[in-house]
Amino acid sequence: MDAASALAAAVDKARRAGRRLAVIGHGSKPWPRAAACAQPLSTLAHTGIVDYRPNELVLTARAGTPLAEVAAAVAAEGQLLPFDPPRFGPTALGDGTFGGAIASGLAGPARPWRGGARDAVLGVEVVNGLGERLRFGGTVMKNVAGYDVSRLLTGSAGALGVILSASVRLLPAPQEEATCRVACDAAEAAALCRKWARRPLPITATCWVAGALRVRLSGSAAAIAAARTEMALRCEDDPALWDAVRDHRHPFFKAAHLTRLSLPLGVRLTRQDALIEWGGCQAWLTAPPPETLPAGAFATPFRGAAPPPTPAGPVAQYAERLRRAFDPEGVFAAPSAAAAGPTVACSSDCAQA
Amino acid sequence: MSKSRALRRLARSLPTDALITDARAVRPFETDGLTAIRERPWAVALPANVAEVRAVLRICREERVPVVARGAGTGLSGGARPHKHGVLLTLSKMNRVKQVDVDAATATVEPGVANLAISDAVREHGLYYAPDPSSQIACSIGGNVAENAGGVHCLKYGLTVHNVLGVRVETIGGEELVLGGTGLAQPGLDMLAVMIGSEGMLGVITEVTVKLLPLPAARRVLLAAFDSLAAAGEAVGAIIAAGILPAGLEMMDNLAIRAAEDFAAAGYPRDAAAILLCELDGSAAQVRADGAQVLQLLTAGGATVRVADDAAERERLWKGRKAAFPAMGRLAPDYYCMDGTIPRAKLAEVLGEIATLAADQGLRVANVFHAGDGNLHPLILYDASAPGEAARAHALGGAILGVCVRAGGTVTGEHGVGAEKLDAMCEQFSAAELAQFHRLKAAFDPLGLLNPGKAVPTLARCSELGGMHVHGGQLPHAHLSRF
Repeated sequence: MDAASALAAAVDKARRAGRRLAVIGHGSKPWPRAAACAQPLSTLAHTGIVDYRPNELVLTARAGTPLAEVAAAVAAEGQLLPFDPPRFGPTALGDGTFGGAIASGLAGPARPWRGGARDAVLGVEVVNGLGERLRFGGTVMKNVAGYDVSRLLTGSAGALGVILSASVRLLPAPQEEATCRVACDAAEAAALCRKWARRPLPITATCWVAGALRVRLSGSAAAIAAARTEMALRCEDDPALWDAVRDHRHPFFKAAHLTRLSLPLGVRLTRQDALIEWGGCQAWLTAPPPETLPAGAFATPFRGAAPPPTPAGPVAQYAERLRRAFDPEGVFAAPSAAAAGPTVACSSDCAQA
Repeated sequence: MSKSRALRRLARSLPTDALITDARAVRPFETDGLTAIRERPWAVALPANVAEVRAVLRICREERVPVVARGAGTGLSGGARPHKHGVLLTLSKMNRVKQVDVDAATATVEPGVANLAISDAVREHGLYYAPDPSSQIACSIGGNVAENAGGVHCLKYGLTVHNVLGVRVETIGGEELVLGGTGLAQPGLDMLAVMIGSEGMLGVITEVTVKLLPLPAARRVLLAAFDSLAAAGEAVGAIIAAGILPAGLEMMDNLAIRAAEDFAAAGYPRDAAAILLCELDGSAAQVRADGAQVLQLLTAGGATVRVADDAAERERLWKGRKAAFPAMGRLAPDYYCMDGTIPRAKLAEVLGEIATLAADQGLRVANVFHAGDGNLHPLILYDASAPGEAARAHALGGAILGVCVRAGGTVTGEHGVGAEKLDAMCEQFSAAELAQFHRLKAAFDPLGLLNPGKAVPTLARCSELGGMHVHGGQLPHAHLSRF
């Protein structure tokens, strides 16, 4: 179903009326979202896989397409979405849309090895704040014509426009996978991950929680067997863990507070109360953001805590200018907070808007 | 904009060896790798540190003087061609590897460090930097970031944008931006992605942090000879469909094969219509498994195949491909290298159209092709001293890029738009899209002083070309200023 014109018209109408919009799909992302003063603009009428050529490793789908539908289509061809986007929820509407996956830029357990959402995005069609339908990038892997607006829009949380559709690169699904378990504490897990990262091993996910490190290996049966010998991995474990962690269905995530920690490569958290994934680069705490963090790390509250303060300094200033380049009249709600992170709050100035 | 005052101020702010104003001494800087386009700048500044970069940018901002940043000058789109009323900011003196973090597998380097020098610096730790443009011995990492450089291993390992974790940027406004970092997520807008491939239009890169990968345990190269381009194209599709992701997958047509063989004696079959070079890497077990499968697919596709496992033989097979560009010198005095990308499935069709267009212009075209990722490098052979040939080569180049756009591809896969492909951009983007690019540029550089006239054509230029649909003579958002 093609509702691109209607979405563009809705943006144009809001712009003329001086109203604000908050783009929404299934509403499955957990952070507080729409400002009370912004009108929701749903992408759910704009659905469908527009183009999928398995031999090109490229898929194009409209924003409102359920993520589950996209994942099933590529799985049927023995391929996968490299960034393996989370499917939170489900809400009454569903457990996430394709557009929401691109706009939130979140990625699953394979992020350090298969890349994030921005690494997979090849092109987007967007409605900017002026109500114009624009296409950037395309459907080919290599494309340096013009600024890389497709990747800027990825993870922009609706602050720059309505993503109508996106083209993403896919990967062949591995022939075999094995999930192995090592009983150890967080510090031992960190040491193992550090050691493994230096070698060319077929690791595609790690997760340490509650005294056990799980590692996923992907590739040919022979390659997995050789890696297991090299890594001294004896115990198999349930591969269902990975989707449960990705989608926050794992029991760890059932808590009043949930905070994501993004850590620099090489810096490894050894808190025994955390869930640590991505080879040590992403950790979750069932607590508000800690007072102090390692240099280069940052915390994103997902549940139960106030949004992080808006960053100051020149980067924030340029981000705001960049936002205005796409949305000069401020149609998309709560500009400063949206440009700073996934949390969108209603500021007092919206009464005037 | 006073030339004498600007040069006086620059001379006062920079060490004597960091500023060249003598017309003869400036001459080596008048072009980059696209030598058909030349311009002599007022001055060449060669800062040795960030403070000197900042000083140059401040003076240029205050004096309203255009600034063109340059790395090693190996770019192929004229992106670093100087501005004739401006300063060329050459970053080649800033060439230190500042830090290698073995635990994190990252390296932080100055922009003038050569691409290959990064891998050389970390090889002892079993690591390397994956993107490998053909100019990697000379090209700088700053230039790689500016152009989002690719190479022969992009299908598996990505472009520069996939391998850079963070950059420091000096803006023309005098701020330092630290974009990205040393992790895998960043809060807020992905301004790092916008900076990569921005062709020196948004800021000057002063530091780059790259991701390093463990050196693969094993490699294998297969050379497959086909008696038609279509069969070679189908074999590429079959390899991808089988779920194999080669590290490199390169195709050459017959003219390119013969030229390369004459030049490098790599042992290529001179009578083949096309060859495929397929490089597999990974663990020894994975390479063995994938290698057997690829061999079977290539053979089933009608190819004659040679397999190379040892380093010397692999090197020999790659030697011909790597010599393809210099080898063109034997076929014609000049060549013009194009850089379109197309969906792989359109390969045979597009090559057929290119051959027809070339025949129309009475010119020969040799094709080398990053087949894995659809990036085509048609090499148009011509003789610049023959009357009209250069113009015909240029016209053919434009027509080839038009074919790429219409096939669903793009006018530049990895070389950038620069000064060269501005007209082709009019074909690929609408007026509103180009206007969005100009607004993005103005967010970083409201005065339009950084590399003016490159990367994104003005709307006026496109409408003059007739390459853009302008309704009723009205450009969109006529109240916005244009650059």
